[in-house]
This record gives sequence, structure tokens and C-alpha cells, in this order.
Amino acid sequence: MSRPRRERLRVTGVEALGPYALVRVDRGGIDPGVPGQFFMLEAPGRVLPRPMSLCFAPRGELAFLLDPIGPGTQALASLVAGDCIHVFGPLGNGFRLDVQRPLLVGGGIGIAPLPYLAEALEHPPAVLGFRSAHHAEAAVLLPNAEVVIDPTLVTDVMPTDRDVLACGPEPMLEAVRTLVPDAQLAWEAPMACGYGACYGCVVEVDGELKRLCVEGPVLCSS
Amino acid sequence: MLLLNASGCLDALTAPDVASSLDAFVTKTVTPEPRKGNPPVRIAETDFGMLNAIGLANPGREVFLAETLPQLRALDVPLWVSVGGFAAHEYAETCARLDNVTIELNLSCPNVDEAPESAAEIVAACREVTANPLYAKVSPHSWDMGETVRAIEAAGADGVSMINTLRGVALDSRLHPKLARGTGGYSGPALRPVALAAVLAARRATELPIVGMGGVCNGRDALELIACGATHVALGTVLFSDPDAPARVRDELDSEATRAGFDRAADAFGVAVDGVARLAN
Repeated sequence: MSRPRRERLRVTGVEALGPYALVRVDRGGIDPGVPGQFFMLEAPGRVLPRPMSLCFAPRGELAFLLDPIGPGTQALASLVAGDCIHVFGPLGNGFRLDVQRPLLVGGGIGIAPLPYLAEALEHPPAVLGFRSAHHAEAAVLLPNAEVVIDPTLVTDVMPTDRDVLACGPEPMLEAVRTLVPDAQLAWEAPMACGYGACYGCVVEVDGELKRLCVEGPVLCSS
Repeated sequence: MLLLNASGCLDALTAPDVASSLDAFVTKTVTPEPRKGNPPVRIAETDFGMLNAIGLANPGREVFLAETLPQLRALDVPLWVSVGGFAAHEYAETCARLDNVTIELNLSCPNVDEAPESAAEIVAACREVTANPLYAKVSPHSWDMGETVRAIEAAGADGVSMINTLRGVALDSRLHPKLARGTGGYSGPALRPVALAAVLAARRATELPIVGMGGVCNGRDALELIACGATHVALGTVLFSDPDAPARVRDELDSEATRAGFDRAADAFGVAVDGVARLAN
């Protein structure tokens, strides 16, 4: 696995995709890692960096999709080309890629790691769910995906005889797991450090508390 | 001056490089029994700091001694073991089984119930059973820091560490506590003035070594703690955002000392102590 590095990287662009922001930075000496791994992004003016999975890796760059809903993500979405931020990664455990019949499932901002994952798996089928047509504009990142909009849920339309790799809100992950018990699920939690120092990012999975940053963020549920 | 981590702000086994960049590694607090810790959500950022309510999650004394401690010794960085408990005898039982480490008694975790005994009583119980260097980590809530530190010294401590986090609450947009436990320990840059005042009051009361911590982000912050009487400096929240902070702070400390008119950081030791009025706390 690639060794994480922390570097100050130059922002090359920020663009809106529906309500989301796609932040691109120069890659520097940082390895993009495995799909599903994440990076800690310095959020200017905030005490803590923010964990973001890699959305895709254009040549010489790293691209992150984020939902500007709080002060940290808003600070990141307000960056402009030429600004510099510290980036630390790749961190955590990504998706296992040794799957026979992959199906990518994403909900909302949880689609963030899927474009990079789709590339690694040679563009398998994907099902994406969004809460509105405006949010669904981000589906442009996965051109061949089936897109559903609330009240239709991804679990209403996804086939269940596939190797599912999913990322999305916790209720979606729980529902996916009910349908496909051995799905690989990328979880999310507030995180201070990203490298196992703070014990802040635990989630309870099957009665056990797991540190998502070092044991996840991708956990296989069975 | 030693540069340490604040207990609970670094896991040397998952980040050995960071631990090796410190002069000594301070473990997460070890309690007699294993503790899962508090349920999530455990952390929340605020404008000038962060709250945590981890709740002393740790594998317990037996697993620590049998598995964790040998792995930590293999890292070849001096060890400080943070010892916790819910009664004086629990602290002492752990201290009695530790050798060749510095012990830091955690007398001030804001996220669990406290032992009924006073800090000095716990220190005395531990002093009886260990010859290891014994530090006491005290609460910033102490009403009279000077009196607390004098009592700890009289009980046989070799040093004091301060400050632990301050108890705090953060609310979400719907006015519910962000942390599952409701309250948490407040850390980060906002604590700096509180830490400076605590160290300064303690320095007036004792000549024991003091580990100063609380919101240190850079070399200047570390220098200010030294000026208030800290012998050593520990890094806490800054390690979350910058795992390279130990080397950076050490570099900055020298240039900041020069900027403040001193040849070396050590020359600034205690220079601020006489400039502040004497208050009980």
C-alpha cells in the first residue's frame, strides 16, 4: 500500500456539480492510492482538516467531490485556483478490487469515490440515488450509471446478485447490506486526524466499535 | 526541554514515525479494566477548538502489559504511560506493575467519572508502590492551582502535567448536543491562555518539572509555555491536523526564541512569571 505523505498542494480549480463542489489540486508527490482510500484536506481557517475520498485522479492531479454543508466543506468549496492547502494521504483501507461481477452503488455525496473506483474496475454498472434532480447533476461523473431520485431508492432498483461496492448515507448502507450481506461498504464519520490518533471516528458495526480511519473506511459487512 | 504528545492524541503503533519524532511518547490512558469508550459521535469541531468524548477507550491493564507495552518498547522511543482509574488503589495497582517508564497519572479526564480521592491522595498511593518518575496530570478546573500542585508535590510527585481539556458542549443546528455523551473535553488553540495561566500559577508554587500543554500549534506557542515556567511541552490537537508538527515546532522554537531576544529557547524559561499578578488560580 502507498505510504501517506503530507504536502502543501496548489489548487488547480473548483467547479460546481449541482450543489456539490469538485476541488482539484496538483498531485505533488502524493500517491492517489486505492479507490475508497481518503485524504485529509486542510480546510482554511478551521482547526481540523476534513476527510475526503479521492473522486478521480486526472493526470498530475487529485480531484475531490464535496458537499459544502458545514464551515469546513464551505471553506474548501470557496478555494480558488492558485490557493494552497495541505493534503495528507492516501489513508485507510480502500475497496477490494478482486470482484467478479461488480456493481457500484452510491447515494448523494457518497458517489464521491465511485468514479475512481469505476475506472479501476473498467466501468462496471452503477446505480446512483439522489434526493433531487439538482443533486443528480453530479451523476455526470459516472456517465453510464442508472440514476434514481427520491422517493425511488437505490435499493428499489439494484440487482442483488452482484458484488456490490457501495458508499452513501448510513441508512442506505444498512439497506444495501440487508439485500447483499457481503457488500463492501464505505462508511463515514466525523474524523479529527485520519491516521488512528484520535479515536474519534469509531462506528458501531455488528456490535463492535471500529476506528474507521485505520480499519475502514471500507468495511466488508459479512 | 522534552517535546511530548499529550496523552490520547497519538497512537504510536499506528503512527510510529510520528512517535519517533518526539522526545518521548505518552500512551493513551490505561485503566484496570478494558473500556470500549463512549458511543459515537465522539468528536466535534468548534470555531477555535474541538470537543472529544472518547471516554478512555483502551484494552485494559492486562492486555496493555502483555501486548501493547512490549510493542511500544520495540519502537525505541522513551515511554510515558498514562495511568487512569476510578479509585486510588486502581491507579496504584497499575503503577506497581510498570517498570522503566515515566508514569503520568491522569487525574483529570473530563469524560468519565472521577475517583473519590483527591489528586494528592492518589499520588501518595502510587508513590508508595513505584520508584518510576511520577507525574500528575491535573485539571484546569482546579480552583487553586498553586495549592493543588503543592499538595501533589508533598505527596511525592516528581512532576506535574497541565492542562487537560476543559469540559465543553457544542450544539448542532437543531440545538441538540453534537456529542453522544453531551459534554466533551475542549482542546485546541482556544485553550492556550488557560494553559499559560495554569502553568504560571503552578510554577510559582513548585520547582518541579512541569509539562505544559494546551493549544500549542507552533514554536511561538511552545515558547510562551516555557516563558510561563513549563520545563517540557506537549502537543495535542495540532497532531490531528499536522502529524509533522513535532519537527516543525522544534524548528520554529529556535527561531522564535531569537525573535524574542533570547539565544536559546531554554533562556526564556520562566521569564513571564513575575510579570503577572498573583492570583489563587
